[in-house]
Amino acid sequence: AESPFKADIERAQKELTEKMTPGAIAYIPGSSVINKTGSWRVFRPEFKKDKCVRCFLCYIYCPEPAIYLDEEGYPVFDYDYCKGCGICANECPTNAIEMVREVK
Amino acid sequence: AVRKPPITTREYWAPGHAACAGCGCATALRLATKAFSEAMEEKYGDPNAFAIAQATGCMEVVSAVFPYTAWKVPWVHVAFENAAAAASGIEAAWKKKGIKGKILAIGGDGGTADIGLQALSGMLERGHNVVYLMYDNEAYMNTGIQRSSSTPYGAWTTTSPPGKYSIGEDRPKKWVALIAAAHMIPYVATASIGNPFDFVKKVKKAAKVDGPAFVQVHCTCPTGWRTPLEKGIEIARLAIETGMWPLFEIENGDIWHIKIQPPGGGAKVYKEGGRVVRIEFKKPIEEYLKYQGRFKHLFKRPEAIDELRNQIKAMWKVLGVEAILPKPEE
Repeated sequence: AESPFKADIERAQKELTEKMTPGAIAYIPGSSVINKTGSWRVFRPEFKKDKCVRCFLCYIYCPEPAIYLDEEGYPVFDYDYCKGCGICANECPTNAIEMVREVK
Repeated sequence: AVRKPPITTREYWAPGHAACAGCGCATALRLATKAFSEAMEEKYGDPNAFAIAQATGCMEVVSAVFPYTAWKVPWVHVAFENAAAAASGIEAAWKKKGIKGKILAIGGDGGTADIGLQALSGMLERGHNVVYLMYDNEAYMNTGIQRSSSTPYGAWTTTSPPGKYSIGEDRPKKWVALIAAAHMIPYVATASIGNPFDFVKKVKKAAKVDGPAFVQVHCTCPTGWRTPLEKGIEIARLAIETGMWPLFEIENGDIWHIKIQPPGGGAKVYKEGGRVVRIEFKKPIEEYLKYQGRFKHLFKRPEAIDELRNQIKAMWKVLGVEAILPKPEE
């Protein structure tokens, strides 16, 4: 599965400039995808597919959204944007998501 | 086997925005736009038939840092006080030009309960076909956690610091949903990100009514509430289960036929003639307060927690419900 924001990322990379526009209008929808907020993360969600019951709660609660769904309905974690808040792991009813400290 | 999620996979809120990790309001706006697009698809056959006017506030500041925008729907940022007025204008222009769709106005609790209240009242009174979504994180988080009129009793903020002569915020929370209901508009509801399915249902209902609608959604703020990042949704759910946050719907200002959603968490709901008259909560409000740094000082002053309990009881009484709020077991 690919990110639902793939087209936005490509467009923003191609067209986005820092130049001031009249009325400070942002012309490219969803251009914030250029900011890879994954660098904020301290803890990283690790997903165990065998435990997942596909309740979609992590997908629904993700504030970014850094979780999208694959063809079968399993969550895919987008580490480019995940800020590592851990809401998905805290709400997962089957503990299929574990927060692991990023090692640098 | 393929399983379909209970909500559309279309996204109108893109990642890369500057909201804090664990922001409850970001979840609320993401779900609200999804629900809105579902409602527009069902009503007008076009999922993109909506535009947003947003007041200044956390979610405006984090989503639209020039030259970036997190929005994938026509969106305009206006000043703190006039999101409702701008939405009214867009709605009037759409009507004149024959554009089908609905406007969503968004404001925080500061932009709605304090600064934008008269614009909101005017919009509701004039009957514009707009949904006003108030995301209530109970203080001015964007400017650095100052109290608003929606801040609950006893909460710490930078302008209501607890100390020797103060218990923190000293006034009860103002319920803007009830003020909105007093305009006799078709639909008023309170919701919470602790119950996202109920929230989505209410936004869809609000988007489908003809005329103004108002939805007040409770969302957690880990930075301003001093809570652990991962507990955001859990705390919002505890607010419902302990009675701190009522979930209700009022149609056409008819408070006598208010619909109150059961709070869950083991609470017993008693009905009389289809109307909820009594709720016995099982969890004490301390369960909700204990995770939050903004209420930490209250645990040294049990009389302040009792006062908060009395205020919550009084709020439920306005809704026509006798609330039994237990004390924690010793």
